[in-house]
Amino acid sequence: MNTLVSPGLIRRVGAPISVMLAASLALVIIGCALLAGWIAPYDPTDLSTFDLMNAEIPPAFTADGDSRFFLGTDNQGRDLLSAMMYGARVSIAIGGGAVLLASSIGVFLGLIAGYFGGKVDALIMRIGDVILSFPTILMALLVSGIARALFPQAATAEWAPLILICAIAIHEWVQYARTVRAATMVETAKDYVKAVKVIGLPSHRIMLRHILPNVMGPVLVIATINLAAAVLTEATLSFLGVGMPPTYPSLGTLIRIGNEFVFSGIWWIALFPALTLVLLVLAVNVVGDWLRDRFNPKLRVKR
Amino acid sequence: MSHRQPPVLEINNLRVEYPLANGGLFTAVENASLTIQPGEIHALVGESGAGKTTIGNAVMGLLEKPGRIASGSIHIGGKLLDPTSGSADGVVLGRDVGAVFQDPMTSLNPLFTVESQLTETLRAHLKMDKAAARLRALELMKSVGIPEPERRLKAYPHQLSGGQRQRVVIAAALSCDPTLVVADEPTTALDVSVQAQILKLLRDLADTRGIGILLVTHNMGVVAQIADRVTIMHRGRVVESGPTAEVLRRPKADYAKALIGAVPRIDMRLDRFPVVGDEAKGRAADAREAIRAKAFRADTTVDGTEILSVENLCVDYVTSGLIPGSRGHRFRAVDNVSFKVNSGEVFGLVGESGCGKTTIANVVAGLVKPTSGRVLYQGKPVAGEGGVRRVGPLRQAIQMIFQDPYSSLNSRIRIGSILAEPILFYRLAPSRAEAERDVAQLIEAVGLDADSAGRYAHAFSGGQRQRLSIARALGARPRLIVCDEPTSSLDVSVQAQILNLLKDLRDATGLTLLLISHDLAVVRQMCDRIAVMKSGKLVEEAAAETLFQSPQHPYTRELLSLVPTLDRIRGETESAT
Repeated sequence: MNTLVSPGLIRRVGAPISVMLAASLALVIIGCALLAGWIAPYDPTDLSTFDLMNAEIPPAFTADGDSRFFLGTDNQGRDLLSAMMYGARVSIAIGGGAVLLASSIGVFLGLIAGYFGGKVDALIMRIGDVILSFPTILMALLVSGIARALFPQAATAEWAPLILICAIAIHEWVQYARTVRAATMVETAKDYVKAVKVIGLPSHRIMLRHILPNVMGPVLVIATINLAAAVLTEATLSFLGVGMPPTYPSLGTLIRIGNEFVFSGIWWIALFPALTLVLLVLAVNVVGDWLRDRFNPKLRVKR
Repeated sequence: MSHRQPPVLEINNLRVEYPLANGGLFTAVENASLTIQPGEIHALVGESGAGKTTIGNAVMGLLEKPGRIASGSIHIGGKLLDPTSGSADGVVLGRDVGAVFQDPMTSLNPLFTVESQLTETLRAHLKMDKAAARLRALELMKSVGIPEPERRLKAYPHQLSGGQRQRVVIAAALSCDPTLVVADEPTTALDVSVQAQILKLLRDLADTRGIGILLVTHNMGVVAQIADRVTIMHRGRVVESGPTAEVLRRPKADYAKALIGAVPRIDMRLDRFPVVGDEAKGRAADAREAIRAKAFRADTTVDGTEILSVENLCVDYVTSGLIPGSRGHRFRAVDNVSFKVNSGEVFGLVGESGCGKTTIANVVAGLVKPTSGRVLYQGKPVAGEGGVRRVGPLRQAIQMIFQDPYSSLNSRIRIGSILAEPILFYRLAPSRAEAERDVAQLIEAVGLDADSAGRYAHAFSGGQRQRLSIARALGARPRLIVCDEPTSSLDVSVQAQILNLLKDLRDATGLTLLLISHDLAVVRQMCDRIAVMKSGKLVEEAAAETLFQSPQHPYTRELLSLVPTLDRIRGETESAT
């Protein structure tokens, strides 16, 4: 592998060019999403900027395009580029939130299971096994369905993201717990943990201060890969209509809206959000895979 | 000396280099020369990083990339080894050069039977058919002295003991009648009794078959026992080379003198270990005085009174069955062991691997719960059936030092924070600043610079880490420190320093030490009283001098007779008789 082409950043990070490209792409999409409030041409949540007369205008670079709307408009006359920026923000926020929640639960339970072992370990890991025996989407549909039945406001724009985060995280934490449990078992057997046990430190302090920093490497890697998965799950749920409402669309909601018009020749409403989603997920996955290989000593190539 | 045959191995001015990532060059071996005649055992000794294994690998063509032979030559059986390909014309690794590695657990493939591993080489190199290869394998098994060779051929490596496995590895190395065997630390992973058998086997092979053996080792006792010639290496250079008796008795080079002097002697007790290089003085002594003053302000224990008492201790390990809840196999690691340790003494617990000594250390330190029996510290129970909850002062009083300095320090936390942990937890210092001063004092007491506190563990060598490990144990202001093989993973010169440090600390602070070791020489140098263990039982307990001068139990006598030592040098004994 000839990765040492140019000095500077690439050499310091030691990543192949493809990974650097993927990382930049991911940063651009995430950057646009985060800065949507400042850089988007319109505010897609402000109904006063909509005009039904502008509905279904094709992208500006096509023959019937309108220079005001670079990627065209949707069926409500909403600027698609702005809607996508805001939509990506919603998708990434929910994906990130889900990863954060799932990893927190997973790391916490994994540490406890790995450190104490025995019955506690068996209980936590069997619950995890049961949860993993449901497909992610089914589990998420179940959770959001129950939430909607219990809290009428669950379908509203304010509550939907929280419900989605919980629905995704409830399935994803198991992966973190399994990894952290295994790493914790390895660390617990090491002498430095025995040393602090002999000193007499309480278990919570040993786990949080001494073991946790040593098991975080793989967690960060899984988190990166899972971010892509969580964004996809959110998009799927929104596509199925149980995710974000059309008033606060995520990328998935936009694709669902566009899907209804694809056969009427209005291809852009579905295509551009879908493309963004694909690129984002691909980029994050490439970076995640690279991180995973890099942190895996067995795959580390001697150079 | 004139031999009709060419030497089996001839190395001339060998230089091995490793290009570094930053563009530099690391010279692992420089200007090394040695010659091995048929039937000769040539020992290559030195501490870790001396380049001895690199030479062994260069001979076998196993240099790890990007390492390369930069200059010099290696002749195997008179044929020149090509420095780029690592092989010589007509010389095949596995056929003409046999290899024996350190760990018999990993040098055999666990998925194949002994037979298939032995016959594989035969069929590949000598083009034997299956039946002939099997006969030859059987013959080899007999020649390395494995009992019931027919049955053992069908066995998998895990069904053999460590010594038998190493014999199989040697059998594999011999399978194609090599002229040269490279043995890299062949007995380091083995117990003394097994080590003695393997060494005898190697010696016999050299004598009867005329095989030349390059023996890479760090153990001077092993060298003394079987080697004809010895080459001492230091930092990639040969510092001294010659007949074993001459080099070991009358070393000329300073480093050779220091290295041989640092080997713990089993035949007599010295006040201190002679040490390679300087030792910290002055500041370290002051720091130790300060620690003593703090530690024993409120202590009223009189030296010589009983501090620890282990009573009828039994520990069972139960392997869990396949079905949850079912009882698996029960193994008694410690069987009805009782002994007492007096305040201020060094009590040694010795035995071969698996004898239960580490389990006892763990019980005393509170890491393992005993199955029955109890442990009393100054009359108060600290471990017993079903577990005893240790309250603060009792926990504080007993601390531990571990075997492996590489895993006993957390690599993600600064040294200062690691050492401050017990001080802060037990509120031994009124403020954080005070705790930091205590930490600096601890670090100085073990002979390191106080600014080590700001660094991480990876910045330190094995010996330095072990010093820090000792500092951490001292931080809780204990009365008793359990030392579990504190020096067995260290080089001999570093071992001498660490043992001196433990002695000094004991003298300065009046600590009591429970020293667990498999090394009888170390125990003799360190301990006041010694208990010998075998298969979970205590077989003999006596004052150190009594034990070594008139051992009572046959097992103790056997152990003592098997330890390879510097006072029994091969060649000398032969010429004497």
